Amino acid sequence: MQFMLLFSRQGKLRLQKWYVPLSDKEKKKITRELVQTVLARKPKMCSFLEWRDLKIVYKRYASLYFCCAIEDQDNELITLEIIHRYVELLDKYFGSVCELDIIFNFEKAYFILDEFLLGGEVQETSKKNVLKAIEQADLLQEKTETMYHSRSFIGCKKAY
Amino acid sequence: MPAVSKGDGMRGLAVFISDIRNCKSKEAEIKRINKELANIRSKFKGDKALDGYSKKKYVCKLLFIFLLGHDIDFGHMEAVNLLSSNKYTEKQIGYLFISVLVNSNSELIRLINNAIKNDLASRNPTFMCLALHCIANVGSREMGEAFAADIPRILVAGDSMDSVKQSAALCLLRLYKASPDLVPMGEWTARVVHLLNDQHMGVVTAAVSLITCLCKKNPDDFKTCISLAVSRLSRIVSSASTDLQDYTYYFVPAPWLSVKLLRLLQCYPPPEDAAVKGRLVECLETVLNKAQEPPKSKKVQHSNAKNAILFETISLIIHYDSEPNLLVRACNQLGQFLQHRETNLRYLALESMCTLASSEFSHEAVKTHIDTVINALKTERDVSVRQRAADLLYAMCDRSNAKQIVSEMLRYLETADYAIREEIVLKVAILAEKYAVDYSWYVDTILNLIRIAGDYVSEEVWYRVLQIVTNRDDVQGYAAKTVFEALQAPACHENMVKVGGYILGEFGNLIAGDPRSSPPVQFSLLHSKFHLCSVATRALLLSTYIKFINLFPETKATIQGVLRAGSQLRNADVELQQRAVEYLTLSSVASTDVLATVLEEMPPFPERESSILAKLKRKKGPGAGSALDDGRRDPSSNDINGGVEPTPSTVSTPSPSADLLGLRAAPPPAAAPATSGAGNLLVDVFSDGPAAQPSLGPTPEEAFLSELEPPAPESPMALLADPAPAADPGPEDIGPPIPEADELLNKFVCKNNGVLFENQLLQIGVKSEFRQNLGRMYLFYGNKTSVQFQNFSPTVVHPGDLQTQLAVQTKRVAAQVDGGAQVQQVLNIECLRDFLTPPLLSVRFRYGGAPQSLTLKLPVTINKFFQPTEMAAQDFFQRWKQLSLPQQEAQKIFKANHPMDAEVTKAKLLGFGSALLDNVDPNPENFVGAGIIQTKALQVGCLLRLEPNAQAQMYRLTLRTSKEPVSRHLCELLAQQF
Repeated sequence: MQFMLLFSRQGKLRLQKWYVPLSDKEKKKITRELVQTVLARKPKMCSFLEWRDLKIVYKRYASLYFCCAIEDQDNELITLEIIHRYVELLDKYFGSVCELDIIFNFEKAYFILDEFLLGGEVQETSKKNVLKAIEQADLLQEKTETMYHSRSFIGCKKAY
Repeated sequence: MPAVSKGDGMRGLAVFISDIRNCKSKEAEIKRINKELANIRSKFKGDKALDGYSKKKYVCKLLFIFLLGHDIDFGHMEAVNLLSSNKYTEKQIGYLFISVLVNSNSELIRLINNAIKNDLASRNPTFMCLALHCIANVGSREMGEAFAADIPRILVAGDSMDSVKQSAALCLLRLYKASPDLVPMGEWTARVVHLLNDQHMGVVTAAVSLITCLCKKNPDDFKTCISLAVSRLSRIVSSASTDLQDYTYYFVPAPWLSVKLLRLLQCYPPPEDAAVKGRLVECLETVLNKAQEPPKSKKVQHSNAKNAILFETISLIIHYDSEPNLLVRACNQLGQFLQHRETNLRYLALESMCTLASSEFSHEAVKTHIDTVINALKTERDVSVRQRAADLLYAMCDRSNAKQIVSEMLRYLETADYAIREEIVLKVAILAEKYAVDYSWYVDTILNLIRIAGDYVSEEVWYRVLQIVTNRDDVQGYAAKTVFEALQAPACHENMVKVGGYILGEFGNLIAGDPRSSPPVQFSLLHSKFHLCSVATRALLLSTYIKFINLFPETKATIQGVLRAGSQLRNADVELQQRAVEYLTLSSVASTDVLATVLEEMPPFPERESSILAKLKRKKGPGAGSALDDGRRDPSSNDINGGVEPTPSTVSTPSPSADLLGLRAAPPPAAAPATSGAGNLLVDVFSDGPAAQPSLGPTPEEAFLSELEPPAPESPMALLADPAPAADPGPEDIGPPIPEADELLNKFVCKNNGVLFENQLLQIGVKSEFRQNLGRMYLFYGNKTSVQFQNFSPTVVHPGDLQTQLAVQTKRVAAQVDGGAQVQQVLNIECLRDFLTPPLLSVRFRYGGAPQSLTLKLPVTINKFFQPTEMAAQDFFQRWKQLSLPQQEAQKIFKANHPMDAEVTKAKLLGFGSALLDNVDPNPENFVGAGIIQTKALQVGCLLRLEPNAQAQMYRLTLRTSKEPVSRHLCELLAQQF
């Protein structure tokens, strides 16, 4: 996989992961182009498209689009399930995940992704093992820290 | 579970993010961000040392700002400081920042690498993983230099935790992709392969990706992975859906790992070991069988995971391209998907079938789905699916269905999406050219293209139709008539005007007899379009007009009037003005003779790769022209239109279907082909030969011939000062072949094209094609110096009895070859009866006054006249038994001179000319072939068997033919190839 992008229906980029070296300028250009292309597609259309010399695999979950760029010989269907498994991981971690979780806890979204995919390849497909790694990390954190309680966000989440 | 109860909430960060989200405008957002940046900067610069938490929070804010798309130019140092924190979350945020905002500031890289080194050495698996993730995410050369040597050690260390191994494997993969030179292969590679046996599925999953990448560059080092991968795959495929617990995904056991293993196997040819191969074929069959079982779940994830494995399995089957049975089953499976309700599956089935279409085993099976695919092209709602359907139609096209496919594509073109029109136009143009049985159909198709999608018809396409019409005199009249009719349309595309202008200017005379298309009518029709056209087209039309003056003297006054008009003579465009002035003067001052010479019909174009094909390849990247690529052997279609290289391919075989890519109608074998030196003909017209005396108003037929026919061999070249030897030198005049002649000859036993000879002065290239007992060879002599070669004279000599066995007709080439120039010589070859020694090619010339001579063996060996014969196993054995006389068999046992690679061997045997028969020899390692040697006098049936022995690095080759010397000779020729 060359990169993964998460963006909203409004075209706001929520997460970007690049597995090939590109300049910031190129990244921005690719993002702009792809967001536009994918958003222009109608529901029920095929989840794959050719774009430049890459294959794009995307899927929409509620308000978020998950979009992966893979190489010619890569498998489209299994990439679709990479997306799904990542969504499941987020869902399990955050508890019925929504876009706001990813906005406010973007760093967690990156950490989970790193446990699942590394260097563009699937590292660990077991949901249990990925979450175990993340939770272990959470356990390591300092207890002294002021915990932030998120009631307002729950309200916010519902209203969203 | 509340949204952010997990992990460490950073209140300040959450507030900041909320603020940003509440900004009503972009300006407000920027303002808020600038405020925050100022705040953070002052905190970082402040005297008070920041605690870890604050540092982490600010670094995280900076990261957020960066991810929003704003530039960040500070904070790197604080992030690096976090790396050495012993608090996990601080370290984690530090690494995340570094991963996202890498900066090759050398000072920082050193600090970062230091921190990573510490974490790698910490023996704390969580820290080690963080460090490995960072290296994998950054993947820079600097990091490669620092860690590429350590990571293999961590990967194979006995005491590394599973999670660390997983990260190390993929980290190494990333570094290897970025800078392969930095990753040293070594003793660890063998141990990496054995990770395929690891108990932990996650470790296997990560390791397969690494191995797949490494083995591409070092296939031999990793060869043992084949059997390990097969047994792993076999265990997964045959396991019950619950066996693998958490690695089962929606009732599909380990789909990711399965797909990766199948990918890995695609790096290699089919397993050599029969047991391994058997086990693998069993796996592939199981996957195909499972596809027919009812789904275990209605969830799309279940079917996606299952089908992901199925498609990867089909890719492997196509990659092997050796199991007809599996290929046909794959094709049937994809056929079912073509009508599946899931758009994704239809898309993938169309895509995968495209590759199946190029296998000779499944090409026919793919063709049976033509109606479904045409229907997809018409009814699919998603353009990307329609695009796949168009690709597939292109791939499955052959002579039997070309008319149907081209007409469907033309129909589709009328409504096609703009994005893909140009590509469809190219495809139609190529198919029409490649599979044209009659030229009128080709011309109609291209003109239809221009009519329907004129804007998308690129120069390459309309140039090509002109080239073909110019090079084929049997279509010129039809082309003239058709463009004339097309131009009658009130609104016709400018490209049509261009094609029409050019064709009428060349061949308008062919329809001038009909009063409805008399010269004045032709002219006024063209001129009625003139004013609507662009400068380039007008310039072309002006050339047409001057050609008309030559073709039709009665139009001279009218056309001179047009040229003389102020709008032309004083045109603001320099090109138009110049043409008008020059043409007007030419038509006034030149005598009819001179005019006829200057405005002679254009000579045929030298053939080269179709420019359209080149364009399609450019557009789509390599492999795009797959339907035309030489990969597919299509014995049924008698494909004389050539494969990917429509090089001068006219084999002079009388054939019902004429050759569109070749130059002229295939003449009978003895007749002279009309191709030599076509590129220089314009010059030749003025310099030498009969063509220098222009006849008044030659009929096109005569003009064509007079231009094309080089001086007959027996006539001395009157206008050339250098005396060229008038007749072929006898064999006694030529020297013995150069010492390496045999070796050079051997290179061409299994191939037809290449460089035959090269020294400091001269390069000789060969292109040849053989069909039945006939062949045509093009020799290209390139002068590598900057000095002209003089008295250049290549001749072919038949030593001994060869004269009665092989007839080779040559054409004389120009006696001078300029420095840097290349001349081409055409040889027509006919095999009269079997022969053992090749003809000799003697090349002599003077270079700087010194005579040079060179004798080579012409790469014409008996196997060139092989015609492959397919037969079933029992037929083969029956014939094998029939040829059981001892003198009919020749056998050789010899040591392998080259690495023993089954694919290479296969290619060589096919190049040798025999058909390869599968499933004949009980031992799948062996190769069995059959063919018939075609000579004029007799046919010689040949059967061959090649048995490689990989352990001993030896081969045993056995040939049985109906003629004793042929068996021996073929055996010797072929044995030298391995």
